[in-house]
Amino acid sequence: MLHDPQVETGKDPAAGYKSRLGMRLFCIYSTFYVLFVVINLAQPSVMETEVVAGLNLAVVYGMALIVSALVLALWYDRACRREEVRLNQNNQVER
Amino acid sequence: MVLGIFISFVLFIVGLSFYLGRQTKTSSGYYAAGGQIHWFVNGIAFAGDYLSAASFLGICGMIATTGYDGFLYSIGFLAGWVVALFVIAEPLRRMGRFTFADAVDAPFQSRGIQLMAAISTLVVSLCYLIPQMVGAGVLVEPLLGLEHRWGVLMVGSIVIIIVATAGMASTTYVQFLKGGLLIIFSFILVWSVCARGLSTNPPGGDGGAFYQHRTIPCGNSLPLVPTQNGLRVLEETISKAGRFALVEEVSDQTAKRTWWRVDAGDAGTRLVEGECLVHTAGGNNLINGLPESGTNKLRQVGSIAKLKGETEASTGPLSPVGILAALGHKDTTVRTWKEAKFEAANGDKVTVYHPVETPGARLLRPGLKFKLEGTILERLDFASLMLALFLGTAALPHILIRYYTVPSPASARKSTLVAIGSIGLFYVLTLFMGLGAMTNGVLNPADSNMAAPLLAKSFGLLLFSLISAIAFATVLGTVSGLIVAASGAVAHDLADRFLNLQLPEKSKITLGKAAALVIGAIGIALGILFKGMNVSFLVGLAFAVAASANLPAIVMILFWKRTTAAGVIASIALGMVSALGLILLSPDLYKLYGLDPLKAPVALSNPGIISIPLGFLTLVVVSLLTERGVRHEHNG
Repeated sequence: MLHDPQVETGKDPAAGYKSRLGMRLFCIYSTFYVLFVVINLAQPSVMETEVVAGLNLAVVYGMALIVSALVLALWYDRACRREEVRLNQNNQVER
Repeated sequence: MVLGIFISFVLFIVGLSFYLGRQTKTSSGYYAAGGQIHWFVNGIAFAGDYLSAASFLGICGMIATTGYDGFLYSIGFLAGWVVALFVIAEPLRRMGRFTFADAVDAPFQSRGIQLMAAISTLVVSLCYLIPQMVGAGVLVEPLLGLEHRWGVLMVGSIVIIIVATAGMASTTYVQFLKGGLLIIFSFILVWSVCARGLSTNPPGGDGGAFYQHRTIPCGNSLPLVPTQNGLRVLEETISKAGRFALVEEVSDQTAKRTWWRVDAGDAGTRLVEGECLVHTAGGNNLINGLPESGTNKLRQVGSIAKLKGETEASTGPLSPVGILAALGHKDTTVRTWKEAKFEAANGDKVTVYHPVETPGARLLRPGLKFKLEGTILERLDFASLMLALFLGTAALPHILIRYYTVPSPASARKSTLVAIGSIGLFYVLTLFMGLGAMTNGVLNPADSNMAAPLLAKSFGLLLFSLISAIAFATVLGTVSGLIVAASGAVAHDLADRFLNLQLPEKSKITLGKAAALVIGAIGIALGILFKGMNVSFLVGLAFAVAASANLPAIVMILFWKRTTAAGVIASIALGMVSALGLILLSPDLYKLYGLDPLKAPVALSNPGIISIPLGFLTLVVVSLLTERGVRHEHNG
């Protein structure tokens, strides 16, 4: 039985670059996330510490985890698009 | 008005499904919308698919009752998208065709993987279906005045129509619509909360004035003698949940008997009034001492006891930061509500919902629900939940199939980016909706799931109608996605690929629709059975099953060349069975069975910390034992 993606995607010369960058950003974010869990497990009362504008560490860290996911995602998309364009241009020149 | 808006919304969605259904002629169209959905539409549809009853009803309800601990679900649910974007999105789009099984089977062409991945898809989808159906029942009760089971039946029937008419195309547009509206109206609700500000005298729900529950001092001698005239203590009981007194109150020649909490402290003994539900030995229900009726219901609760040290204060309009700063102030205390169940001397079954004054600073950090300062096991439970939330998203079959609805891997990446932006914004809003419900006197003490719609009701019927219709669509959108994923597992993975039935295109679609009908019916039955459980908690369990069964296979196929078909089969099987087994033997499920949770053989409520590593370990060990020259090509 045929078992191909239902829309042919062709070869992606940037796949390796995107995979490596993705793993690196995943590691950065995971560290940030694990640190949050560890602080809560080890010293939960630290999360009550006021950080800025009357907001405590728990609120600031939680919001930062949400916002940083978006920031890293935007960065990743931008880097991927730049690499895709660069490699496609190189391929066209070689042809 | 409520009914009119609700019915118009549902009719519009069903009409849209029939319109799109006429254009669905192939199995590719049915399961993956032909792979031609625009990435932006797909991104918002991702949000519509993902922001389920757990997110809107469950998280807001949990924040409203336990503060920051509910927000932990928002953080974990969003963090899971990082795994989806950076690790899974593009490679998975390159590998698959319609379903999760297609993707994990792509390098092997193994019938064992096809079977096991299809079973896993069915199990995870059903686990995820339960909270959605519970949420549907919860919504319909106050909205249409129907019983929980009729609400579940109604949602199930409408979703079966949506999925059976057009499959993924109608599901995508329903989710797109619902995702967009949910974010817009949540924003309006949060804006309204900020404009109202905080007050120790909130407006309350249902248009009536907010009821301030009393605290009455009484002497330390026994029997207790309240200092307020007309009150008399008849009976006292000490249960696991605390000390309670049956108080008779005589006014206007009527007498009613209600249970109050007894607080004994340095300042003397006090009686604290709560909301009281008694199921008498004769089979009647009494609410606050009088027979239950349409007008005699549990009062809505939740308020600020002290605002920056003041017992009578209002802030006026506040910014979002201002709301958090005022609530987290060291001299702010909030009345949160706890449940106590015990049996009275005459055999009556008593449930008392009683207020506890909690410092605002304590509410805005983790630890009220999760015992972070408790035993090692209790801390492990928290770590286990956070692990499952982080790793579960990228392993949910109904989310994974959405990657096949876009034309290219780059579109898959861009739609995930849109999803992270929209879902992240929504999760930030959940904190304000939950805290708004906690402090505006709108909470139903017996059911936290309705916190957000009841908060909307305190701003008027129009907002309540719209929010309720959107919440209903929230359930519809997610359930549609789940049923498409599960019907794909039956019709495509099992019938077409595993059994190799060689069905013509039309028969494949018919089989998918029949599977949708059966799975929808099972979901309805389970939704009725699990009535009353917090939907976020149930979704957390579904995440643990997904992360344990599916994630090791996906990740290792992508990143470990020595992965074998036998390793994948074993890891899916063991991950799924171990996660399910641990859940079924956990304290929370023991409570559902009516057994003593302390006697549960497994102390953890969240299984992820055991079952996820077990899934990875199984895959590695079995692959090493069975590799013998077997290698698979990477699609990277």
